[in-house]
Amino acid sequence: MKLAIASGKGGTGKTMVAANLAFTLSRAGQVTLIDCDVEEPNLHLFFPKTATITGITVPVPVIDENTCQHCGLCGEFCQYGAITVLSNRVLFFPELCHSCGGCMLVCLNDAIHEEPKRIGTVAISTPLPHLKLISGMLDTGNPHAVPVIRSAKKLAAGNPLVICDSAPGTSCPVVEALDGCDICILVTESTPFGLHDLRLAVDVADRLGIPTGIVINRSDGKDQEIIDFCRVQDLEVMMTIPFDREIAAIQSRGNILCQVQPTWQNEFTGLFMKCRDLCKGIK
Amino acid sequence: MKVCFTSKGATLDTPTEERFGRAPYFIIVESENGSFEAIPNPYADGSGGVGPKAAQILIAHNVKALISGQVGGNAREVLDAAGIAMYTYTGGGPVKAAVDKFTENTLIRS
Ligand code: SF4
Ligand code: SF4
Repeated sequence: MKLAIASGKGGTGKTMVAANLAFTLSRAGQVTLIDCDVEEPNLHLFFPKTATITGITVPVPVIDENTCQHCGLCGEFCQYGAITVLSNRVLFFPELCHSCGGCMLVCLNDAIHEEPKRIGTVAISTPLPHLKLISGMLDTGNPHAVPVIRSAKKLAAGNPLVICDSAPGTSCPVVEALDGCDICILVTESTPFGLHDLRLAVDVADRLGIPTGIVINRSDGKDQEIIDFCRVQDLEVMMTIPFDREIAAIQSRGNILCQVQPTWQNEFTGLFMKCRDLCKGIK
Repeated sequence: MKVCFTSKGATLDTPTEERFGRAPYFIIVESENGSFEAIPNPYADGSGGVGPKAAQILIAHNVKALISGQVGGNAREVLDAAGIAMYTYTGGGPVKAAVDKFTENTLIRS
């Protein structure tokens, strides 16, 4: 089973839910936790451990100006504006290139070949006996998060239980993190902003056809608006975590709530059971 | 000489547009005789790389100068390499007001 943890906006405590769920479930069996928030991965802060780091590359075109006839075909083809052909030279913007390989195919003069370009890394560690952590990390200044997420997820292929911690929001990297998951847990807060962003996130999961459950974090007890929204949308509120100074303090020290207060393990096991039921279509 | 103005519409009476890559129209004026051609920008709602793609349209139409509000880094590099001069116009009003300013030679090269 593949679980995605996402949120409409940042700072809702999505990573905290992912870390605690992974911690709890790894006490009963093998769990793979993937940090898909490759622009700002932070799960490793909860699970410090030496990791094996591998570089991620994507192929980018290299144009041989001596062979190039400046016919312009590659520039016309590239829908991302990464190539502009002038009468005497070719301009290439690597940050716009999506590595589709199309320019190389359309060039009739064999003037384009591909070379690997590093865009990020994946770090693999085993912070707990039954927990594998895979953290994708995008190199600073690189705009293409999607291939890094894809590589990180590929490393978990075949693993029985995978938890993907997505980036916040509703952009392409979020879609990539959610893609192929069986269940999506959306973490929200009980503020009006929380509801607006939750709406957008629910819409993304819906379009991808992924059954979704809700976790309300830092609840001040005034969650009626979110609860009403969930009822209308036929979404289950699977868990409510109260606003609590003690919980906040545990978090800010980089500790795992379920480790410091083991009674929380029951709550997170319950959350997983609800996900499993939803996945089986029993609501 | 062909001079391009970024515009919200297809005539000299429509307001100028400050953005280059996402301008709805390019109004290309022949400075010799004042005749013009309006080219809808197919990349106005595009997601990425709109600057260089829009610059390619100007190159294809043999434009020699561009009058716009703001031109992004990549588009600027393409236009520079293609020898297209860029002038800043942020005065608003209809395109013909910008044409007048250009003809009076009062625009700043950017
Ligand atoms: S398609 Fe090939 S020959 Fe034509 S401009 Fe591009 S690289 Fe040069
Ligand atoms: S590989 Fe694709 S995106 Fe990159 S320059 Fe070539 S055509 Fe454009």
